[in-house]
Amino acid sequence: MSREDIQSGLAEILEEVAGVAPADATPEKSFTEDLDVDSLSMVEIATAVEDKFGVAIPDDELGNIKTVGDAINYIEKNQ
Amino acid sequence: MGILEGKKILVTGVLTEASIAYATARIAQEEGATVVLSNFGRAMSLCQRIAKRLPREAPVVELDVTDAEHLATLADRLREHLGGEGATLDGVVHSIGFAPQEAMGEGFTEVAWEHAATAFQVSTWSLASLTHACRPLFGERASVVGLTFDASVAWPVYGWMGAAKAALESTSRYLARELGPEGVRVNLVAAGPLRSMAMKSIPGSEQFEDAWEKRAPLGWSVTDTEPSGRAVCALLSDWFPATTGEIVHVDGGFHAVGV
Repeated sequence: MSREDIQSGLAEILEEVAGVAPADATPEKSFTEDLDVDSLSMVEIATAVEDKFGVAIPDDELGNIKTVGDAINYIEKNQ
Repeated sequence: MGILEGKKILVTGVLTEASIAYATARIAQEEGATVVLSNFGRAMSLCQRIAKRLPREAPVVELDVTDAEHLATLADRLREHLGGEGATLDGVVHSIGFAPQEAMGEGFTEVAWEHAATAFQVSTWSLASLTHACRPLFGERASVVGLTFDASVAWPVYGWMGAAKAALESTSRYLARELGPEGVRVNLVAAGPLRSMAMKSIPGSEQFEDAWEKRAPLGWSVTDTEPSGRAVCALLSDWFPATTGEIVHVDGGFHAVGV
């Protein structure tokens, strides 16, 4: 899957789980600081990512994913 | 044939696959049970996603144990998923606990009543209120199983959650006393530390992991919920027919030894 497809798929998840407008889900955005995503929502996003992309994000890795770009990179690398 | 063949069981508190509740729900299904899950508020949608990962997708009912209306309507809402009028419930898993951050960590004597009260309402009193709410559905026999963290000693960082767990252990005995004549057993599993959302939300809880790995005679894995889930399922089954008011330690033997 291309980077663009991953970004748009992730944007759909962010909108569904945390009410983030797709236009705001750009790579440089921090989940907690810019998009108001808390730890519970992060866990749900990780669950939805696994369902959608087949990429599991272990708990230890989840803590390292700070921005939308980090998540896109992780999915791209592990798909 | 599984040990829970034909049984209908409510499992509260499934949040992620790392939870004891999830392991319980999965093993219960593998052992032949029909499982209904509950969660509430913002955790509902995550619970619904996780429910799809069970061997058979389980329905999720909303239950906030601090909401009197949710408790009052629980039996009717469960009936819808259990076969309607005349449906019975054979087991309830209480996997519910919460203490505000203010009630945990150091500074035990400084905690305000409102924060301690929340811990007691959600983590302790709810075992009684959940049992009461399910009581109309119990048949000739039923089993209630809750989760504690050995509350016979004081732990670092656990604060009022520890006191609430001690009260939970007492609550379980009172329920066992009152419901025994109706054929209802009430028991707890005292699991060792597991890296669930519940544990990770307690700052400083990592120190339990080292202590457990060093001291537990059988060893201990903080990521393996299988032993706890199996114990809960065993207590839900007919294989502990004369056991109630009991606490089964699933902690690698940590509680039984000194340093």
